[in-house]
Amino acid sequence: MRIFSAVAMFSLLLFLAGCRQDMHDQPKYKPLGESRFFADGRDARPIPPGTIARDELNDNDSFHTGAANGEFLDAIPLKVDLNLLHRGQERFNIFCSPCHGRTGDGNGMVAQRGVKIPADFHTDRLRSVPPGYIYQVIKNGYGAMGDYGDQIPVNDRWAIVAYVKALQLSRDATLNDVPTARRAQLSGGNQPPLLGAPR
Amino acid sequence: MPQYFSRSANSFARFTILGAVCVLVAVCWLGYLIVRSPYEMMQNVPREQPVPFSHEHHVGGLGIDCRYCHTTVEKSSFANIPATKICMNCHSQMWATSPMLEPVRESYRTGKSIEWTRVNDLPEFVYFDHSIHVNHGVGCATCHGRVDKMPLTWQAAPLTMEWCLNCHRHPERYVRPRDQVFSMDYTPPPNQIALGKRLVSEYHIQSLTSCSTCHR
Ligand code: HEC
Ligand code: HEC
Ligand code: HEC
Ligand code: HEC
Ligand code: HEC
Ligand code: HEC
Repeated sequence: MRIFSAVAMFSLLLFLAGCRQDMHDQPKYKPLGESRFFADGRDARPIPPGTIARDELNDNDSFHTGAANGEFLDAIPLKVDLNLLHRGQERFNIFCSPCHGRTGDGNGMVAQRGVKIPADFHTDRLRSVPPGYIYQVIKNGYGAMGDYGDQIPVNDRWAIVAYVKALQLSRDATLNDVPTARRAQLSGGNQPPLLGAPR
Repeated sequence: MPQYFSRSANSFARFTILGAVCVLVAVCWLGYLIVRSPYEMMQNVPREQPVPFSHEHHVGGLGIDCRYCHTTVEKSSFANIPATKICMNCHSQMWATSPMLEPVRESYRTGKSIEWTRVNDLPEFVYFDHSIHVNHGVGCATCHGRVDKMPLTWQAAPLTMEWCLNCHRHPERYVRPRDQVFSMDYTPPPNQIALGKRLVSEYHIQSLTSCSTCHR
């Protein structure tokens, strides 16, 4: 009897052998996972050179290059309204403000930690560049600044351009530039601000 | 022949049988607790990484938004782990000779990936989607904790089915306004339930608890 129960207990232990992780770790690929098949160990395959994603055949398309006939576009090829500016403000604060600062004078946190950002959006030169030029800096980078083409989709790039232009205009705007109906806000009225306080 | 055992031995024997059952149940319960314990789930354990990347410095200190690096979190199921190039945007000039960042530079030179250790890992029979949560007002911090205070990243939530369901049954306890999703120091207001109920109807949040929501 004793032997019987001991054997029974031990065979119960065998159930533990069922605790395998096969269903937890299936041999399927998840994003940026590991592969034992490909030599470089990645399941995300590098894009072969020359690949063009759908809707992205855009060699001559000024919307994607920011230039037409060898000249930078001097207008933003999207409807510029408050929605676009809000979007631009949000994206600017995510992607540009770490270096250029929230107001664009090159005084972001990275600059404060010792890397000089030799670009101030409020210099005469950068105030006079066409929107297409700023677009193209985002897409391709400029000098010491890396490109943001992979991180920021096309529409958002234009939204950022619109916001940079708005920042530049706001720098020396006068009271006369503000619609009369909105002037009360400047003197501390309690209407919500047109472009919300930066988040 | 005299009796060896007094009458009371009978109830003693019965008591032992009961005791044996209790011990068995207790052992199973203990086993369950261990399997579900934060220790086994590796909750709150900072993970070693090939580069000691610190959210505390980059998010808490520099104020970089999550989306600068986790670029796809609003649009796709996967939040994205930043490409080496994204680190090099800054680290081509900053700490450019630090040995701590050598794996990053090496990866940039050779094109080989940095092999980060996964921190939050659901079993692969569970489907999870970031975009739907982020766009319905569930904050990063609700599931990942105060990432901006983590020198090395750890898993803040148990990630058990019970935990997912707790929110899916009562989303109003957790949702926040959409513009606060990426904020780390948002604290729910005292009238969270009222606010939550309003947001749940405003964002059309359903209570998704059927098995095929997550097991598909
Ligand atoms: C990692 C830091 C960093 C970030 C983030 C960054 N930049 Fe820059 N940017 C620079 C540096 C550094 C320069 C100066 C480059 C030089 O002069 O070599 C620069 C220069 C510029 C210039 C001036 C080009 C010129 O002709 O002088 C523009 C315009 C610009 N950046 C726009 C942007 C926009 C828009 C974003 C957001 C999408 C952005 N930058 C994000 C570092 C950054
Ligand atoms: C400068 C780039 C950067 C920023 C900004 C950033 N992260 Fe990360 N994040 C990383 C890297 C690199 C990893 C992988 C290494 C690790 O796990 O620590 C990571 C990992 C994570 C993980 C763990 C992933 C896993 O393996 O399960 C979470 C969660 C996370 N980040 C959340 C956030 C949140 C929330 C924010 C915004 C508050 C944020 N991150 C901002 C770069 C960044
Ligand atoms: C927007 C600029 C920026 C980006 C992008 C960035 N870093 Fe940093 N990083 C910094 C700055 C600035 C410091 C110095 C931190 C300080 O002084 O508080 C730093 C410091 C570090 C350090 C030194 C240790 C520490 O935490 O202080 C490591 C390691 C590091 N970064 C890794 C990374 C990795 C890996 C990535 C890519 C996922 C990355 N960084 C992306 C700006 C950046
Ligand atoms: C509802 C809970 C929840 C919310 C909200 C959430 N996450 Fe996650 N996150 C998870 C889970 C669960 C995983 C593990 C996914 C897996 O194993 O497949 C994860 C994984 C990650 C990863 C690793 C890469 C991946 O996608 O698997 C990163 C990075 C990350 N989260 C960042 C973020 C950021 C940034 C936010 C806020 C914008 C956020 N998460 C919001 C639950 C959440
Ligand atoms: C803090 C709250 C919260 C937590 C925790 C949470 N969820 Fe959700 N989840 C939501 C909300 C809100 C929605 C959106 C419901 C809707 O669309 O009506 C959602 C939707 C989903 C969906 C539906 C996606 C689709 O495409 O239909 C899936 C799948 C999901 N969650 C999986 C999970 C898993 C797996 C976990 C645990 C790892 C989890 N969730 C944890 C709040 C949460
Ligand atoms: C909100 C998402 C969600 C829903 C809905 C859901 N599950 Fe799960 N389920 C999970 C997660 C997450 C895990 C993994 C938990 C873990 O790792 O311990 C899991 C694990 C499981 C497991 C494996 C347990 C184990 O220990 O390996 C079973 C079985 C299961 N679920 C059955 C169900 C059934 C049946 C339903 C419907 C009544 C259901 N689930 C609905 C998220 C969900």
